[in-house]
Amino acid sequence: MDILGIYNYWVAIVIMMIGFYGVIAKRNLVKQAIALGLFQTGVFLFYITMAVYRDPNGQEGMAPIWSAIGDGTVKHPGPYDNPLPHVLILTAIVVSVSTLAVALAIIVKIKQSYGTVEEDEILAMDAEGDDCR
Amino acid sequence: MNLADHLPVLIVLLPLFGGALSLFTGANGWRPWTWALLITGSTFATSLALLEAVRYAPRKTLIYALGSWPGEYGIEYRVDVLNAYVLCVVSLLALVCTVYARRSIEDEIPDDRHHMFYAVWLLAIAGLLGITVTGDTFNIYVLLEISSLTVYCLIAMGKDRDRRALTASLKYLILGSIGATFILLGIGYLLMLTGTLNMADMHAQLMEMRDRGELLHNRTVLIAFAFLMVGLALKMALFPLHQWLPNAYTYAPSAVSALIASTATKVGVYMTFRFVFTLFGGVYDSLHNLDVFIACACAGVLVSGVRAAQQNNAKRVLAYSSVGQLAYIVLGFSLLNHSGVTASVIHIFNHAVTKGGMFMALGCVAYRVGGTEIRHLQGIGRRMPLTMAAFVAGGLGLIGMPLTAGFVSKWYLVQAALDEGFWWVAFVVLLGSLLALIYVWRLVEVIYFKAPDPQYADKDIREAPLTMLVPTWSLIGASIYFGIDASWTAEIADAAARTLLGGFS
Repeated sequence: MDILGIYNYWVAIVIMMIGFYGVIAKRNLVKQAIALGLFQTGVFLFYITMAVYRDPNGQEGMAPIWSAIGDGTVKHPGPYDNPLPHVLILTAIVVSVSTLAVALAIIVKIKQSYGTVEEDEILAMDAEGDDCR
Repeated sequence: MNLADHLPVLIVLLPLFGGALSLFTGANGWRPWTWALLITGSTFATSLALLEAVRYAPRKTLIYALGSWPGEYGIEYRVDVLNAYVLCVVSLLALVCTVYARRSIEDEIPDDRHHMFYAVWLLAIAGLLGITVTGDTFNIYVLLEISSLTVYCLIAMGKDRDRRALTASLKYLILGSIGATFILLGIGYLLMLTGTLNMADMHAQLMEMRDRGELLHNRTVLIAFAFLMVGLALKMALFPLHQWLPNAYTYAPSAVSALIASTATKVGVYMTFRFVFTLFGGVYDSLHNLDVFIACACAGVLVSGVRAAQQNNAKRVLAYSSVGQLAYIVLGFSLLNHSGVTASVIHIFNHAVTKGGMFMALGCVAYRVGGTEIRHLQGIGRRMPLTMAAFVAGGLGLIGMPLTAGFVSKWYLVQAALDEGFWWVAFVVLLGSLLALIYVWRLVEVIYFKAPDPQYADKDIREAPLTMLVPTWSLIGASIYFGIDASWTAEIADAAARTLLGGFS
């Protein structure tokens, strides 16, 4: 199997895993939110890269734009990339932005009421003041 | 076209636009609440109409093509007896919780934010109903994120009572987003393989590939299945991926706890039904080996039962108990036989009314006493007898006593386990009931046999207001009624199980 030939998938998966690692390993809430965004971006790249057309002869797809050719008929000039995943990811980017917005809004409120955005400090405060209202 | 043809899309549009419009109803007072009540009421009426339309024809499916695009290109809403049932459960609970929310929210959320609260509340309901009604995988992802983002906000609104609501909400946000992204990735692999997003179409293409023998060594399908199942397990809080749930349920405002405990994870289970049975049903024999789910569910029943008995906050006890009850539902359909799936479908309703009612009863305590810790509950049985009677009746349902709805579900579940010859699964179910007896009894003892905490002894504590008590009792009453006469739920669950299992039996 051609490992290097599918380098575009490797890039997507590596970015995704860096993000995933960050979400789990980082103790700072803002960094976790950033890592979450990175993780989602990796998945978006995966969608984008699967849309690419490349046939065995190495010919690559074009943008799916239909245009008038010589004799006046309108048709597509050749193989083209799948536009569907691009459209899907446009929606998913909006979702990801809203997720980040909600996350940051909650982090701001956490900073206001706890005075810190470090997870271990917050956990320590929750553990000692078991009844803070 | 008349209005009746548009019901499948109306059930989503009503709360979606209702939520947006509720911002214009003014900041406080009764107006945002009346609006929310109107919207959830008409949503419930819509869901009843849909259920009536498909109920007597188990194989019938209502198909609604959005914008008249055929399913291969556009988004398609599909309603069969299973959807219609889940739609009914969700919109019924939404209605009852909205009735309940008024006094509880007045108490727990500052006045200037009521219209925003009901806006987010209705959007969450729109998301949950949308997931249930759609037949398009990418649409599921988008609606899942709508419902999740709004639920994170609703949980965070508990911050005025306890700041831990914020950390609970953020934890849920991070784990929930990871789950949703896994689901997105799984859908991506399926899109790569089939070139379609429509569930029915995807299923047909996978079946064709199987018939051509292309699936035997195809790792893409397996990877898609694995990502989807991990994502769904996170969303429905299957042990050991339930870490987000206890805090989220504990620190959310009372009305929100009641709503999400009874609907959000149930919709997660519904999605799993759709992916496992409708999409992958019959595609791949080995994909139907859900032994991992059985193992996780059994561990979940036992561990959550033990953890529930150790908690000092009654809402936390119920939250851990939810993990266990969810595990019963997962256990049921993982057995992959008719009584198992029936047990799962029945328990979706039974657990929703039981747990919703119990969270409402605790909300009444929070309203009068100010909290749901053990010390708040001491001796409360004599001062709020009706509320606490509801709580205990719900608790009996969790244990699975005869004449409660919980018993009906467990009966089917044990039968399913014995049908498969898994006597140890039946044993785990019974052990789970024993653990439930322990944690419910622990609360009953505090509620009825302990003297009130001196801090609250001279406080004037009366029965909860009628607008909170009536919703509480109507859910608990339903859990008792459907424990005595389960013919309605059993009939629908039986039809739903037959449509689900039709794919590969």
